[in-house]
Amino acid sequence: MTTKQNTDNYYVPGLSHWPITASLAIGLLGFGASLTVNHMTGGNILLLCGFLVLFFMFAGWFSAVAHESESGSYNAQVDKSFRWGMSWFIFSEVMFFGAFFGALGYIRLYSIPDLGSLEHQALMWPGFKAGWPSAGPHFSTSGFSPMEAWGVPAINTGLLLSSGVTLTIAHWGLLKKNRTQLIWGLAATIALGMTFLVFQALEYSTAYSEMNLKLTSGAYGATFFMLTGFHGFHVTVGTIMLWVILFRSVAGHFTPEHHFGFEGVAWYWHFVDVVWVLLFVLVYIL
Amino acid sequence: MSTVTHDHPHDLSHDQDHDHHDHKPTGIMRWVGSTNHKDIGTMYLWFSFTMFLVGGAMAMVIRAELFQPGLQIVTPEFFNSMTTYHGLIMVFGAIMPAFVGFANWLIPMQVGAPDMAFPRMNNLSFWLLPPAAFLLIAAQFAPGGGAGVGWTMYAPLTTQAGPAMDLTIFAVHILGISSIMGSINIITTILNMRAPGMDLMKMPLFCWTWLITAYLLVASMPVLAGAVTMTLTDRHFGTNFFNAAGGGDPVLYQHVFWFFGHPEVYIIAIPAFGVISQVIPAFSRKPLFGYASMVYATASIAILSFLVWGHHMYTAGMPVETQLYFMYATTLIAIPTGVKVFNWVATMWQGSLTFETPMLFSLGFLFLFSLGGFTGLVLSVVPVDVQLQDTYYVVAHFHYVMVAGALFSAFAGIYFWLPKWTGKMYDETLGKWHFWLSLIFFNITFFVQHFLGLAGMPRRIPDYALQFAEFNKISSLGAFGFGLSQLLFLYVVVKCIRSGEKALDRQWDGADSLEWTHLPSPAPYHSFTTPPKL
Ligand code: HEM
Ligand SMILES: [Cu+2]
Repeated sequence: MTTKQNTDNYYVPGLSHWPITASLAIGLLGFGASLTVNHMTGGNILLLCGFLVLFFMFAGWFSAVAHESESGSYNAQVDKSFRWGMSWFIFSEVMFFGAFFGALGYIRLYSIPDLGSLEHQALMWPGFKAGWPSAGPHFSTSGFSPMEAWGVPAINTGLLLSSGVTLTIAHWGLLKKNRTQLIWGLAATIALGMTFLVFQALEYSTAYSEMNLKLTSGAYGATFFMLTGFHGFHVTVGTIMLWVILFRSVAGHFTPEHHFGFEGVAWYWHFVDVVWVLLFVLVYIL
Repeated sequence: MSTVTHDHPHDLSHDQDHDHHDHKPTGIMRWVGSTNHKDIGTMYLWFSFTMFLVGGAMAMVIRAELFQPGLQIVTPEFFNSMTTYHGLIMVFGAIMPAFVGFANWLIPMQVGAPDMAFPRMNNLSFWLLPPAAFLLIAAQFAPGGGAGVGWTMYAPLTTQAGPAMDLTIFAVHILGISSIMGSINIITTILNMRAPGMDLMKMPLFCWTWLITAYLLVASMPVLAGAVTMTLTDRHFGTNFFNAAGGGDPVLYQHVFWFFGHPEVYIIAIPAFGVISQVIPAFSRKPLFGYASMVYATASIAILSFLVWGHHMYTAGMPVETQLYFMYATTLIAIPTGVKVFNWVATMWQGSLTFETPMLFSLGFLFLFSLGGFTGLVLSVVPVDVQLQDTYYVVAHFHYVMVAGALFSAFAGIYFWLPKWTGKMYDETLGKWHFWLSLIFFNITFFVQHFLGLAGMPRRIPDYALQFAEFNKISSLGAFGFGLSQLLFLYVVVKCIRSGEKALDRQWDGADSLEWTHLPSPAPYHSFTTPPKL
């Protein structure tokens, strides 16, 4: 089949089966998840198949792209397209987190004070005192302790912020053709990211086992776990991406002029960092 | 635009020497594995038309039940499910993919690029639609039937609905992923793939409208994903986002949804503006009046659209100050919209007009979309909306902007570009028949709904009080007529593809964008493999 249809000015890839594979994976995941959340038979199998196809697809598609990049198919224009594409993708992620931050703000500024207002206190929830953290009128008697900012979360803030620094050091290494610095900078970033994840897992397990703080703990539990959970998921994805970049660096990929793969991951990682700082302030401290 | 058009030789095949290497891949992989913006555009358009028929069939069920008062044909549960999936399928399955199909076909040709910036991702954006459609249709067969929650999917109804709701939620997620990827592709293509000399302010207005729409999609779709994710966790994982007992609030859902929802209505309307802005100048044989002001007006509509969501929630309980803010902000949108309508009319002023089918649909758009805009303005006034909220007046309003607006403009676009796409002409007489039938039946269906709404008939109800019987009968008859007229459209398109007369390279002498001036008809499989000289 046709691969590179033309080389003068543009790169247009030939036929590819990766998109349809991805669509199959996502279809299986959507259908499987719908069944599983309703405890219906077959859901788990479909989900499993979906994840397998998804990983197969990611591995295959991204190695194809890395291969094309290394074999010099991408010119400066393609590089710029990747940059635009990644920036707008990150913007969409910002908006996704925005929805949850917005929910947190709305609950704290409007719904909780409303529920504690005179009208509701007298009519529906006698004795409910507005305040934050709160699990809302119905659950507040069950009692939970909110997450303290200045323990593990503060350490995690330090970890993520320093991972931003090590990543920049790695980038400098790449720019001055110092491969050792590149590789060790990346390795340090990955180590910091994974330590963060371990700490977060510990934090969650303490919350569940000792603080009675659960996803089901009213508005506080919902916003706390959904915001930090989605962030943790993004750290996980970012860490996997860093591993890929590390392997590619070891394999000798990237040049000072041509390393969008590295930069895309770095942007993503910094974005995840910034979200954490917002989380630390808005969820943990305030 | 004049630099683009005039001083160019009309012997088009020289630039392109397309005859030699215009080979298409064959077999199923041509479509399944496509990286060709034209093939992908074609798939989008056919998918959209299929969904249009599915959603249309649901509308027929709705109007059949409402033909007379009382419960005749379907159960109330099924009726609610029909209104829900009719809305979702028409918005996400028919209208949006139709305009993405236009974007795929036209943007690379109009900016002088060989293809979209990310051809494989482009194909994935399309191929995510069938699984999403599958989930929406599977929802009908879930235990308990489809979710009768309305296309707006308000909590707490959704947090209590059956398994169909989860299929719907995941369908929305998949549609969102598809839209975001498609938009990133469009933005990147426009910003980075323009031929040298194609400055942003020289682009055909269709490209501008899609650039702005894509921005709206990237900014708003993730918020919808957030809203339905919260619904999902409230349903199955014990969160309390929309549960007052847990400190949440069902009204929170409405805020998050409409923060997406109002930009969404402009996601539907703005590409329609783009099509109209290409068609009217072509049939007026004049350049578009006020090109720059069109760009600025579109951009201001886009910005304002994120600031007015509260006009859907006047009656949900909000302080008077907030109502006032949303009312003033909403009425502000009338200004850039007015600029656009003025410019379209001014484009026709002293033009040498002809009235082929695309122009007829554009004029239909102009009159009826403006009418829908006016009823929107009426609804934006708080004390009026308090009366009209959730009545058929609102249904009339949004069908004027979405059917006579977006859908008519899609028809205009199809008739306009069919010669370029297929290299053949459609049957002008039948096209005109399609227009007049659609126009008349549309108004029979929806004009009377204004009066039903003003008289107090609630929307999303399978039965109604006896005094509404006459107008509902009229509306239903109109709807059946409108539905049947669309089969004529299918016939016209198929006839054009199979046995249309050969079209000219520049079928419309007033059309001046690159696909008409620099490319033959049909456009070669690979166009602009080297940048055109502008
Ligand atoms: C001047 C422009 C417009 C104004 C001032 C306006 C205003 C409004 C208002 C105030 C409502 C809420 C009515 C209610 O629920 O009580 C509404 C509903 C709606 N509008 Fe518009 N609108 C405008 C243009 C549009 C456009 C261009 C579209 C789509 C193409 C659109 C689609 C809708 C839809 C779908 C609804 C109903 C949502 C639902 O299901 O509740 N509107 N509009
Ligand atoms: Cu609105």
